[in-house]
This record gives sequence, C-alpha cells and structure tokens, in this order.
Amino acid sequence: MCLGIPGKVLEIVAQADALPMGKIQFGGITKDICLAYVPDVVVGEYVLVHVGFAISKIDEQEAQEIFSYIEQIEALSGETDPFAAPRHDSADGESVEGAQGEGEGQV
Amino acid sequence: MKYLDEYRDADATRRYADAIARLVTRPWHVMEVCGGQTHAIVRFGLDEMLPRKITLVHGPGCPVCVTPIEMIDKAIAIASRGDVTFCSFGDMLRVPGSTTDLLTVKSQGGDVRVVYSPLDAVQLARDNPARQVAFFAIGFETTAPANVMAVVQAERWGLKNFSVLVSHVLVPPAIRAVLDSPRNVVQGFLAAGHVCAVMGTADYEPLVRQYQTPIVVTGFEPVDVLRGIYMCLRQLEQGRAELENPYARVVRAMGNRAAIAQIERVFHTVSRKWRGIGEIPDSGWALRPEYRQFDADERFQLQSIVAEEPTECLAGEVLQGHRKPYDCPSFGVQCTPDRPLGAPMVSAEGACAAYYRYRRHRQGNDEGRRTQ
Repeated sequence: MCLGIPGKVLEIVAQADALPMGKIQFGGITKDICLAYVPDVVVGEYVLVHVGFAISKIDEQEAQEIFSYIEQIEALSGETDPFAAPRHDSADGESVEGAQGEGEGQV
Repeated sequence: MKYLDEYRDADATRRYADAIARLVTRPWHVMEVCGGQTHAIVRFGLDEMLPRKITLVHGPGCPVCVTPIEMIDKAIAIASRGDVTFCSFGDMLRVPGSTTDLLTVKSQGGDVRVVYSPLDAVQLARDNPARQVAFFAIGFETTAPANVMAVVQAERWGLKNFSVLVSHVLVPPAIRAVLDSPRNVVQGFLAAGHVCAVMGTADYEPLVRQYQTPIVVTGFEPVDVLRGIYMCLRQLEQGRAELENPYARVVRAMGNRAAIAQIERVFHTVSRKWRGIGEIPDSGWALRPEYRQFDADERFQLQSIVAEEPTECLAGEVLQGHRKPYDCPSFGVQCTPDRPLGAPMVSAEGACAAYYRYRRHRQGNDEGRRTQ
C-alpha cells in the first residue's frame, strides 16, 4: 500500500488555479503526476511517486551510498580482497588467488 | 528502471546477507513494520538468506489489514446506495466486512470504482454534479498527502457532492503498542521508509530513547531491506539503541514540509481501532471539524454502525508478531486469497497472503523459524 515508484520528471505543467502536475516516466510508461509536494523539482530529476503524487525527490548522491557502505564493512571485516575490487589496480602483479589467501585486515 | 533495478542486484544482496552472517552472534527478533517490506522479504526470500538465529516479525503496517471491520461495513453501506459512486483503492474491494465485501456490492450493481489516485475521485465528482461521490481515504502517513489534497481540491472547486470516509492510521503509536505489549518479543525495528519520507524521523527519537530499541529507517528493495537489517543487528550486537537512516536517498530528517503542512490543515489526531489489535490511543487521523462538510460518516449518517470481529481469524496475533500465518488452523484451508477470512489474506502486502502466495507452509522452509 505504501508502494512508491521512482520516476523521471519529463515535463512540468504549472497553470494558475490548478495543481502543479508533471509528466513522469516510469520505465516505458509515462503518467501525469501531481507535483504539489515537490515545489522545487526540475525536469530531469527523479521523484518517488505514491498514488499519483510525488512525495520525495531522490537524492542522486545518497543513492550510491548503499554500495560504498557494503565495500566499507567488507574491508573492515578483513574478509574481502582489496586487490580484487575494481577500483584498486593490482599494480604489483600479485595473483588474485594469492591475495585472497592472505585475508588481511584493512583500514 | 533507474533507482529500482540496482537495489535488486543479486551480488549486492548476497554481500549484505554475508555481512549479516559474519555479524550475528546471538538470536534476535527484528520487526519490519511495513507490509511492503514484508512482501519484499517473502517474495525475494530474504528471510531465508539470514542466519537461523534471526527472526523477522511481520508488523502491522498494512493499512488494508488494519482497517477496522466497521469501517468496511460503513464503506459497504455507502456503496450500496443507488445515488452514490463509491471510489476506493483496489486492495479494499475484497476485504471482508461483517456480511459482505465491496466487490460483491459491485457485482450486485453497486457503483464501485477503483481509482489510482484520490484526485481521480474528485474529478469524477466534478464531472458528475448530480451524483454523490465518496472516496475511501485509507492509509498510513504515506498516503495522507494525496488524500488530504483531494479534500483541498474539492473545497477549491466548491464541490457539494464529494466526501471522504477517512480511516487513517499512524506508525509511531503502533510501534509503541507493540513495545508496550507484555508479550512483546521485538528487539529492533525497521521503520517504514515511505512513511518517514512524508513525516520525517523525529517522532521515532522518543521511542528509541524510552524503550532503548534500535530503529532503522528502511527502504523496500532487497538491498535496502538487508541494509536495514544489518544496521539494526549491528546496533543490537553492540548494545546500542539509535535512530539510523540508511534510506537517505528518499527520506530527509524533517520529512516533506509541504505535505506535513497540508496534512495538518485538514487532519487532526484521533484514537483509532486497528483490526485484530483493538483501539490504540492517538493512532490515527480524521478530518478537522472545519472540513466536516466532506465527512462521509456524517453525510450518510453512519455513526450507528458498529461491528465485532470474527473470532476464527488470528490476524491480530499475526499482526503483532505473536504467531506466523501458518500457525492459524484456517490458513490455506478455509482462508485463502480467493475467500479470505481476515484482511492479511486479502492485501498482497498482508503477511498471510504473502506466505500463501510464496508457498510458506508449516512443513516448508520456515519450520524452526516460528516466533514462539
């Protein structure tokens, strides 16, 4: 019931004496959605939509945090291999298998 | 879809499950409050990815499930009138009242319409000035901004033929009721992310402090749910009790100010009956007296309708986490989604319907996972 679907603002329609509405794209579907509760939204931003109303703007920066957080806790647990993670290049040529065997604690 | 698919990523989901497995040393009971989270947990099998020590208790956060039976009877009374078009979210149509349900009323000729948005109901009233249009305004805090806007719009258009049957409930008093129960087993909560998107997180601080219970604001996709469970369990393992918000891409601490202002303009706080649980003080919203001209309860003089709940349904025990759906002798026998005895079997987000749909029976994988 509290289902909220993220969608992209394609167009904002503001008319005098009417609720501010917008065309919101959900995958391949576009719907008219009320934007009264996201007054500062601009075209191109993403909003969370519930029963025809945008109730929140989606924060692009916060959206990635959940993936960096799991990397942090894995590093702290010492169970993952930092050299295998894509953002670290194994410059010294050590094999991935060898590095995993170390299981060394990080950070 | 952006902001949806990445949070269903199998690798990230598994990595969070692995992190939880490394973290847990003792048994814990964690309640996900929202029915949307219950549905995600059972649908994606997230509970089965957790260590056996961890029990997820499915909370009362499904508005369809907790709407009291006499509200359903009132809706049926309105919908049965020849001069009324009755509008509702689709989930409510098969919820059993004392003797029938809205879908049966519709099949017998009642003008019952399913709407996507409350604004559709107001538009219907504007387009049909000769007919009364009533809207079943149910929901938790998440749905209130939409429901109050329907009333504001009807006022703006000067509509005399639009009314709302309001049955709104609130999450923080329900959490308090769970914690106050002498049979409570819940040690930490996943708060409902979209409720907090509207209302913010301040109302949960007193609960965290008073009951020394972790509350983690949690989203609805598999990675979000496991992230919330991880943070809640980490607090429990470390002996902390804090309010944390890992769903910050959607939830701001102060909530949605424009929405809160509109809710406070139209609604005030009242005590509400919860189906299967009973009355909880200050646990809901109703129309302010200034908006009583839009109150369907008054317009159709329904105050005399009262109803007792059937006793064969264990919904109350399930909604408070004392029993699992398969502990009910009626589960999957007399009570199925086609012929539900109680509301948790109706809504897709009800614990019973989720267990039935995803084949969680007593003999299945959940054996040994029962709460008591």
